[in-house]
Amino acid sequence: MTFYIAIIDYEMGNLKSIYKVLNYLNVKTLISSDSKVILKADGVILPGVGAFGAAINNLNEKKLIPIINQIINEKRPFLGICLGLQLLFTESYEMGQFYGLNLIKGKVISFERSNVEKVPQIGWNNVEFQNEDHFLVENIPNNSYFYFVHSFYAVPESRESILGLTEYGNTKFASIVYKDSIVATQFHPEKSGKYGLRLIQNFIDYCKK
Amino acid sequence: MPLTKRIIVCLDIFQKRVVKGTKFVNLRDAGDAVELAEYYDGQGADELVFLDITASSDKRKILVDLVERTSEKMFIPFTVGGGLRTINDIKEILRAGADKVSINTAATMEPQLIKESSKIFGSQCIVTAIDAKRVYIQTLDEAKNKYIVKVGDNSFWWEVYINGGRTPTGIDAVLWGKRATNLGSGEILLTSMDFDGTKDGYDIELTKIFSENLDVPIIASGGAGNPQHILDVFNYGKADAALAASIFHYNEYSIEYVKRECQKQGIPMRF
Repeated sequence: MTFYIAIIDYEMGNLKSIYKVLNYLNVKTLISSDSKVILKADGVILPGVGAFGAAINNLNEKKLIPIINQIINEKRPFLGICLGLQLLFTESYEMGQFYGLNLIKGKVISFERSNVEKVPQIGWNNVEFQNEDHFLVENIPNNSYFYFVHSFYAVPESRESILGLTEYGNTKFASIVYKDSIVATQFHPEKSGKYGLRLIQNFIDYCKK
Repeated sequence: MPLTKRIIVCLDIFQKRVVKGTKFVNLRDAGDAVELAEYYDGQGADELVFLDITASSDKRKILVDLVERTSEKMFIPFTVGGGLRTINDIKEILRAGADKVSINTAATMEPQLIKESSKIFGSQCIVTAIDAKRVYIQTLDEAKNKYIVKVGDNSFWWEVYINGGRTPTGIDAVLWGKRATNLGSGEILLTSMDFDGTKDGYDIELTKIFSENLDVPIIASGGAGNPQHILDVFNYGKADAALAASIFHYNEYSIEYVKRECQKQGIPMRF
């Protein structure tokens, strides 16, 4: 079987931009909601833009939650991006209260306007790596800048899940999280220039191992 | 370190070429759009804006193709504007790979477009572009219900212009900016028609009144002639991002140089 990456299609936001990066990096990529395609992939990406509740509903309706659980149980490489990071957590308080995939313990909450200048955070912010030897941040200088667009952020229960920290106003939050074969970024590596490309390449290299 | 201020390069697109006019006229050719986009990504631009000024029947097709090709080669955020009028226009451009769209005339004529599009695509990708021009007044009675600023002996307010700066609307720019934000617009691209193309610096007063009255990021545009102007619009205009075109297109200053100058003065910048 030829090597390929699957991008999970659950109708949340523009999956094309991450697809285009993988194409640019010469990686065969399939955008799919078909369990067979996703389960046979060498690596899986869960992107996403939009509201948490709608996203969980869509994953449910497309029967993708057991598929994601299976990928994680089999310790296959899995990359969550933006909303794809938030969905990994236990629960979210975006427009109500919703249960997430609970693959990493913790909750997703909103920036408070009293602690930050503007919500959403839009723009480039730096990421302080907590483990510079991790494969995902290999060959990326610590404190590099990445592109963020979000109003909510994840609060992991354990500090051990935090690979990157970012400060916005008076709030310091987890901008990269990890656990076993899961890695996830709150920022958009597909829109973060050369270091974003490097991070995605690092994930692909990990999938090839 | 906090969120950085952004340096945004604007590419005025005519057919597939980049052009830059002064005072909204006098086009000069500055190069191929996709090549320039890649070049500016490599040079450290934080974001790009494509402003389509093509006026032909097949313009949308040409633009969609350009957006598609750019998004295959350039991996920083980019906004596309110029003549987008409907939800379908917006959808088409976002699908082709743009991260945001900027809407101007259509939003001013039909503000519900902002509300609908931000609901469908998210506030983060709906930028309202406002072209504003000073209206000088002698007495306050001339400008009821307007945001008036007094600088020295001059008092003035800002009027919104549409149709590429050709048509005055009588609308107060600050009030319109507030309304656009309330309707769901996630950013404002604010161009001073008085300063655009002059290279005398941004309209600091205009940028400041927007930054102080609106909760969304303000992109200052029009008038950049040197790094000091950009520094001033961050420091005094309180802009979140500074947009410039000709100073970069004609190699007057590199983006790197501008960013270093800003960083020296304590403005957070991405390198």
